[in-house]
Amino acid sequence: MVNLGFLIGTLTFKNPVLTASGTFGYGTEFDDFFDVSRLGGIILKGTTMEAREGNAYPRMAETPSGMLNTVGLQNKGIDYFEKNIYPRVSDYDTNVIVNVNGSYVEDYVALTERINKLDKIPAIELNISCPNVKMGGMVFGTNPDSAREVIRAVRAVYSKVLIVKLSPNVTNIVDFARIAEEEGADSVSLINTLLGMAMDVNTMKPSLSTITGGLSGPAIKPVALSMVWQVAKAVKIPVIGIGGIMTASDAIEFILAGATAVQVGTASFIDPVAPVKILEGIESYLVRKGLSDIRDITGIINRDS
Amino acid sequence: MTKQIRDFTVVENKNPGNNLFILELACDEVLPELKPGQFVQVKVEGSPDTFLRRPFSIHDVDYGRNTVKLLIQIAGKGTEVLSRLKKGDILNIIYPLGNSFSLPSENARLLLTGGGCGIAPLLFLGKYLNLNGFRPDILLGFRNSERIIEYEEYQNIGKVYLTTEDGSRGERGVLTDHSVLSESRYDMVYCCGPDSMMRAVADYCRKNRTECEVSLEKLMACGFGVCLCCVAETVRGNLCTCIDGPVFNIKDLKW
Repeated sequence: MVNLGFLIGTLTFKNPVLTASGTFGYGTEFDDFFDVSRLGGIILKGTTMEAREGNAYPRMAETPSGMLNTVGLQNKGIDYFEKNIYPRVSDYDTNVIVNVNGSYVEDYVALTERINKLDKIPAIELNISCPNVKMGGMVFGTNPDSAREVIRAVRAVYSKVLIVKLSPNVTNIVDFARIAEEEGADSVSLINTLLGMAMDVNTMKPSLSTITGGLSGPAIKPVALSMVWQVAKAVKIPVIGIGGIMTASDAIEFILAGATAVQVGTASFIDPVAPVKILEGIESYLVRKGLSDIRDITGIINRDS
Repeated sequence: MTKQIRDFTVVENKNPGNNLFILELACDEVLPELKPGQFVQVKVEGSPDTFLRRPFSIHDVDYGRNTVKLLIQIAGKGTEVLSRLKKGDILNIIYPLGNSFSLPSENARLLLTGGGCGIAPLLFLGKYLNLNGFRPDILLGFRNSERIIEYEEYQNIGKVYLTTEDGSRGERGVLTDHSVLSESRYDMVYCCGPDSMMRAVADYCRKNRTECEVSLEKLMACGFGVCLCCVAETVRGNLCTCIDGPVFNIKDLKW
């Protein structure tokens, strides 16, 4: 038997494969494909206090080994979530985590307080890194003072597990990871999408309605991996690696570089069962290597020899 | 309807010309009941530039042969690769996706209309309507006579009217110029084609107070309601073409 489990703060995860917010809906969309409860956790799509219509179409462009999106946090708001989504996801036998968004510090705090009352949500992922909304999102994630302010305010009202999702669109992501750690976050997850752009040369227009959007997929994996490695060396809290993970081998790269867990994102669009294939692949990798515990390889490259 | 991920084997790849091809695909398991308007998401192997799956309407279904047909136009590298598939090749498909055209009320006078590659879902719809006791009129628009495909198939479904932009066959002009639209009254119009064509048909239907369903095509990543990229603007807000569509009643669209 291989142990794949670990703790973030006080919360037990049975394995290191989670799903990235915005690529896994509310989990229920995948019920036809596999038993979602097999995963270590699912991060539900970005939620805000009020309903949001999101950005105009077109919202997507395929790019080499990846895609750009500019969804703009379309969601029906917390009231709808509590009434209609929460009852459907609370039966999953895994960690169901809400991705929390806002335009102002007060929004983040108010939303966190609402989610705090939901017993079956043991953790939140604080999204201070969405590149596709004008107010909030990346504004908080790219300014150290704003980042500190919003993490501190949310931490003050939330005693369950707090994960902070970091933006790669900064000079030094390590600074932001340190801020999250100093303000009491239990974990950081990285990276959110990279700011990107594509043009349609036939129409001579940008491919996305908002001109720029967030790049995801295998194209960003080397960037994500280097950032995860840097952050894992710099902070003591667990790091969750995200960015272009398509296979178990990709996930293992992140774990070796210091990620305690990973989130599978864009891969789920192409292969809805990718998360569970990745989980099985990690397990058989450990067996093949004669290892009994995932923690034996977590951040192995960062250890003193 | 339960979504499935299945391997299909290419039974035939027919090339009717004009950058079009028709794939007949056999499922490795018994087909579920499929509805006209639904689509499939096809994984394109061997094309490094094609990262995402490609969505295609179901063009025809043969439960006896356990096959579905896809009518595809070569539009980029992904469809280029698919056009070269040969008998025996395997395609990975997620299906059935999306909603479907609705069945009309009894004795309704029906028109199926579309043009170009947009006619893809109309053949399946036509056959389905026949099975349910309807004999619709069919109005098809093409650029020229060489672009017309599967004419005989449609003749089996109902009376066929044609337009070509150059007048080489049928009436000259675009779809909505055809005289049958002013001479006949319909209770329900089903339309699939280029955006401008569907909007023109929608205008005609509004003016004549005719019910109308259109099948939209939008860029999408997943096809099952997760990425939220394929939104259509509707009176109920932004809705996903993949799960709330692809078929929309024009009453619901902000056109």
